[in-house]
Amino acid sequence: MDLTSAEVRHIALLARIGMTDEEVARFQSELSSVLGHIRVLQEIETTDVPPTANGADLLNVTAPDQPTPSYSRDAVLRNAPAVEEGLFRIRAVLE
Amino acid sequence: MMDPRGPGWSLAAAARALRDGDTTSQQLTRAALARVQSVDAHVRAFVTVTEEEALAAAAAADARIANEAAGPLTGVPLALKDVITTAGVRTTCGSKMLEHYEPVDDAFVTRKLKEAGAVVVGKTNMDEFAMGSSTEHSAFFPTRNPWNLDCVPGGSSGGSAAAVAAGMVPVSLGSDTGGSIRQPAAFCGVVGMKPTYGRVSRYGLIAFANSLDQIGPFAHSVEDAATLLQAIAGHDPCDSTSAAYPAPDFASEFDRGIEGLRIAAPREFFTDADRMEPEVAEAVEAAIAVLEEQGAVVDRDTSLPLAKAALPVYYIIAPSEASANLARYDGVKYGYAYRGGDSMWDDMEKTRQHGFGDEVKRRILLGTYALSAGYYDAYYLQAQKVRTLIRRELRELFSRYQLIVAPTAPTVAFRIGAVSDPYEMYLNDIFTLPASIAGLPAISQPCGFGRDGLPVGLQFVADSWDEVTLFRGAAAYERATDWHTRPPAL
Repeated sequence: MDLTSAEVRHIALLARIGMTDEEVARFQSELSSVLGHIRVLQEIETTDVPPTANGADLLNVTAPDQPTPSYSRDAVLRNAPAVEEGLFRIRAVLE
Repeated sequence: MMDPRGPGWSLAAAARALRDGDTTSQQLTRAALARVQSVDAHVRAFVTVTEEEALAAAAAADARIANEAAGPLTGVPLALKDVITTAGVRTTCGSKMLEHYEPVDDAFVTRKLKEAGAVVVGKTNMDEFAMGSSTEHSAFFPTRNPWNLDCVPGGSSGGSAAAVAAGMVPVSLGSDTGGSIRQPAAFCGVVGMKPTYGRVSRYGLIAFANSLDQIGPFAHSVEDAATLLQAIAGHDPCDSTSAAYPAPDFASEFDRGIEGLRIAAPREFFTDADRMEPEVAEAVEAAIAVLEEQGAVVDRDTSLPLAKAALPVYYIIAPSEASANLARYDGVKYGYAYRGGDSMWDDMEKTRQHGFGDEVKRRILLGTYALSAGYYDAYYLQAQKVRTLIRRELRELFSRYQLIVAPTAPTVAFRIGAVSDPYEMYLNDIFTLPASIAGLPAISQPCGFGRDGLPVGLQFVADSWDEVTLFRGAAAYERATDWHTRPPAL
């Protein structure tokens, strides 16, 4: 089962990655190939097997609920592409 | 004065020379910078060289040594993979997205190394966001293998491996998600080690796949790798997955030898392996014979039936985690930002279109697909369940054996540009992925030369938290052989 170009465009939209038609065609082919290889997993019997989310066997790690100093606003804004009045400046979301 | 060209340029030798007053950190640091100056135009291991900061740190280290307050890393020059943050020094992740990004804070490991008095001479090249096995996916330039400049150094930590192999620094740090320390260590003929997941804090390690990422050392010797790991291991409240208990003395069983050590050589890594180069198989078989001469009991009649499933599990879990982690690169808070599109959404989509390279996009798209409605159960959840089965298989094996021995990679270094199919590239990690999926510690060390005189890597894997036995086995092999003492003719 290969991905269709419509599926690639849908995934690209979910991931917010812009794409030319040429890129859609290329990723369609490459991702279909990779998915073809990794589909073998679906043949492995996993009834009643619990999922593993990480390798550390940790449960419910908590931290004391104590406020600690954070980074300064200047430090946090230093790498921002655009700043205005101490805020990140972006394009209007609703125009 | 040490000669910064080969394994004589080791961490242990540097520390000894500093302690004995035979050299100073400023001399060593200038020697490292001079070596970078003379060979890195060809190798291209470094993205950023921090000469000014390094010389200042070296002067401070010399004062500390004079005050007899030095530790094993004080005054030693080293390099960090450019995925590890350095406050005020740009940290690019090999990506156009972060080309000019200057982190606010040091990573936990950066801070530990600075506190230990180590001298960071620069940041090393890598596959973009640590996704790749050749360092060809760097947005800036490919790094070259010091053994043959037409070949790749492996990846994703190719710059850190090459910097050590080429004698620019005695040690460096990389990160390993699916083999990104071990495979470049094998390709470059150096020691590379991935600790147990949780042994080293990931605070300040720019995230690729949180449940797999782990920082570890590159070195010329097993002893140097253990020394560097000792300095960065331990609990960090800023990483909730870092182990809450203290690290053991990693060198405590170096001298114990391996008489009676039970080692499994599962057939999936040997006779049942696909695409293994015969020279690699021969070198690793010869290494096993050395282990047996040293008294280890190596069992070739063992099996990890699901070892091959580690690759598809990895290529669902890692891209899924990556797709979530890399959502943060939206052109708003930091990093590359496209402005001038039709709308806020258009700007964001073009930021990610132009800021990410193709391999990163492939993985984000793959992960987004595996997590999307209708496919989550079949891909992501199924991969997590098979991950459980792989861990069970390994746990069962470690109830009977103390180490696993295997090749690090099925081939030696390949030529730059030779592997263009994404899945072919993924197959580089086939032998390193089982330990990654299960969070186990593993090490690669030189065990000979294969096709075209390129280095072959020998891999050991130990049970969770048992780095002591991992280093014990690796140290015994290293003492019985001299592969690690042979530098490339660069």
